[in-house]
Amino acid sequence: MAEDDLVAGSRLLRLDPADNVLVATGAVGPGPAGLHGGGTLRLLDAVTLGHKVAARDISAGEKILKYGVPIGSAVCNIAAGSHVHLHNMKSDYTPTHALAETAKGHPDA
Amino acid sequence: MLDGFLRSDGRKGIRNHLAVVYLVECAHFVASEIVLPYRDLGAQVIGFPGCYPNEYAQRMLERLCTHPNVGAVLLVSLGCESFNRFRLEKTVAATGRPVETIVIQRSGGTRAAIAQGRDWLAARLPELAAARRVPMALSELVVGTVCGGSDGTSGITGNPAAGIAFDRLVAAGARCIFEETGELIGCERIMAARATTPELAAELTASVEKAAAYYATLGYGSFAAGNAEGGLSTIEEKSMGAYAKSGSSPISGLLKPGDIPPKTGLYLLDVVPDGEVRFGFPNISDNAEIVEMMACGAHLTFFVTARGSVVGSALAPVIKICANPDTYARMAGDMDVNAGRILSGTPLEEVGAEIFDLAIAVARGRKTASEALGHAEFILTYKSFEPIGPACLPA
Repeated sequence: MAEDDLVAGSRLLRLDPADNVLVATGAVGPGPAGLHGGGTLRLLDAVTLGHKVAARDISAGEKILKYGVPIGSAVCNIAAGSHVHLHNMKSDYTPTHALAETAKGHPDA
Repeated sequence: MLDGFLRSDGRKGIRNHLAVVYLVECAHFVASEIVLPYRDLGAQVIGFPGCYPNEYAQRMLERLCTHPNVGAVLLVSLGCESFNRFRLEKTVAATGRPVETIVIQRSGGTRAAIAQGRDWLAARLPELAAARRVPMALSELVVGTVCGGSDGTSGITGNPAAGIAFDRLVAAGARCIFEETGELIGCERIMAARATTPELAAELTASVEKAAAYYATLGYGSFAAGNAEGGLSTIEEKSMGAYAKSGSSPISGLLKPGDIPPKTGLYLLDVVPDGEVRFGFPNISDNAEIVEMMACGAHLTFFVTARGSVVGSALAPVIKICANPDTYARMAGDMDVNAGRILSGTPLEEVGAEIFDLAIAVARGRKTASEALGHAEFILTYKSFEPIGPACLPA
């Protein structure tokens, strides 16, 4: 698939220039994925609608930025293109409650 | 622009419901049976399940029974509960609304109480149906907004679209209320910067700090498993999405449940109890928030959902805005607005305008999806509040 096709069917959204995560606007990855507004990112994981991926390498302890503001902290090093979720970030306020059976999101959702 | 049912306090309702109110869980079944044949004729069940007294619950039911969308009230008491039915009946009677109390223990039990209640409804409902509407200005309309079953799409589509509709409503003179201070954790500073006075900004910040401490004690944030399934990882991420539904108008005041917004503008509703942690979680499910919006006079509520809520509400219509396009495709019959199409290129402003126009149509009598399906959920639990401070309302 040519890079232009990827961009035309873009599935990753950057909400703020400061953000270090992008939001999936549909099921996407693994592999190269287009960004709305241009550019591509090679995804290491499959993610579903509404989930986040690292726009660049993020170090353990670094703030996760979405909407241009911190939404929690990385609990380990996160490679660019990885799914960013409960397994590698945490709240700076109250712990997140989730059901293990559904927390990763359904690949077929 | 609108029309409504004029009440003795000058407020106008966009619906003319008959509320059948159980005053303890022991009277709930009888209240539901009374309403059953009249469900499609405007009779609805609300109530309070507890047997122990609670000033908050008393005030909430007083506000709800005198809500502008309510035209008549039937109280259903078992007889021995602690709820002050005398005070509630007196409050409703003082507004001129028809009101009656059935005490099951005096009526002679289940069958007799149901028969007595149905007779009263059969006499009252035709009167309500015959009531005439009078002209109503947009400035007399109170609109609330909540979100429930949020996911990673909520903050991109449904909530910002609801925010645009809120901005238009405020600009047109309506009174708008947003809520759940527990879902504003992490955005208290950017929110406080929108307050019309520094004193109000301090109150807004304090209300979110109170929520953070309250939920920390309880051990859970206002965060459900489905939020994580849909891509939300933390309460502060959920908060940023939820905050978007407030739009961008200046914030004119801070209300607590039962406070009526005194003039045009945008208000935050502080839903987290004051004082030490008692009685459990502040709002145990989404309808608790809608009930508190109604107690503040909300005529209708925007409900932004992404995982797919099906609820409506007793007394006040709920406009369901679906943030997630996949959910909309599965559950279109429960939704009023498909905000998920923003992800495929529809401008946010177009969906915001659709929500605004729908609010006007619903205020004029158009049924929402949940009203057409017969949804009339209601929940009220124990809480405790101090009155709002002097800086909380606009001068």
